[in-house]
Amino acid sequence: MPKIPIAKGTPSPEFTLKRGDGSDFTKASLEGQTTVLVFYPFAFSPVCTDQLNLYEEMLGDLAARDAVLYGVSCDATWSQTAFKDHLGITIEQLSDFEPKGAACRAFGVYHPGGFPQRALVIIGPDGIVRWSYQADSPGDLPGANLIFDGLDAA
Amino acid sequence: MNQPLGSAPLPAPGPEDHVRGPSKAKLVIVYADYECPFCAVTELRLAECEVQICFRHFPIRSKHPRAWAAAQAAEAAGLQGRFWEMHEALFADQGRLEDPHLWARAEALGLDVERFDTERRSPAVISRIKRDFSSGIRGGIATTPTVAIDGRLYPGIPSPQLLADAQ
Repeated sequence: MPKIPIAKGTPSPEFTLKRGDGSDFTKASLEGQTTVLVFYPFAFSPVCTDQLNLYEEMLGDLAARDAVLYGVSCDATWSQTAFKDHLGITIEQLSDFEPKGAACRAFGVYHPGGFPQRALVIIGPDGIVRWSYQADSPGDLPGANLIFDGLDAA
Repeated sequence: MNQPLGSAPLPAPGPEDHVRGPSKAKLVIVYADYECPFCAVTELRLAECEVQICFRHFPIRSKHPRAWAAAQAAEAAGLQGRFWEMHEALFADQGRLEDPHLWARAEALGLDVERFDTERRSPAVISRIKRDFSSGIRGGIATTPTVAIDGRLYPGIPSPQLLADAQ
């Protein structure tokens, strides 16, 4: 599987994701904050469950770095909200449901199987990609250390 | 100053770590939490092995809501010299981890329960658990249980073969 997430130094592409309340999250939403996009394959799947549970523990440390973390998948908004509520986490979820995977494709993280690769993308307050990572397999769980490596490198 | 959380090797056991087992046996560093059923199985498997165990806390609140409280109980018992006894008592009955159950364990172990209850909430105890958690994060621990042997991470319940090879 080629590892081709969007490269460091690239301006964020134009994209539209749906927030839990149905409003849009777009490139303009990135302005003024460091954004960590966590692309995950499927709501309610085992590795995604462990991944979001783990990252939830790190939100305070990310806030101390002025970074905001979001979960991104191709699941519908209702499914993401149910997943979030089921886990008892606060990580905001962004849906790439329709047109399916359009944002994932724009960031270079759309799996040919029809779901997001397990990937991490850090975007600076200026909308420039600062760091990106894609797991060798969607079944691999990237440790939270990688996010902080990315922030340190940004 | 932000706490460093980027990648770093797992620290070698130090004076603050909880270590038991033959000092000349193979070292197994365990990252686990007391509400995790797979960690309880790991504990049983390790107990049957001739290895040296270094136990570190890795509680995930959203997955195991009482894992932090249980870790705090173990550390508070440790301040009265009974860490491993509380450790075993917590793993032995994961269905009872609410506060009254923790007080009952403290009482059964002969601890000063009032002191236990104060110290389990203390900044020192919380900082001690965070230290373990942060070292795990830096080392790439992503799930519980994870054991580290000779610098290599093995997520999940360690297989009998892995533990046999480690002895």
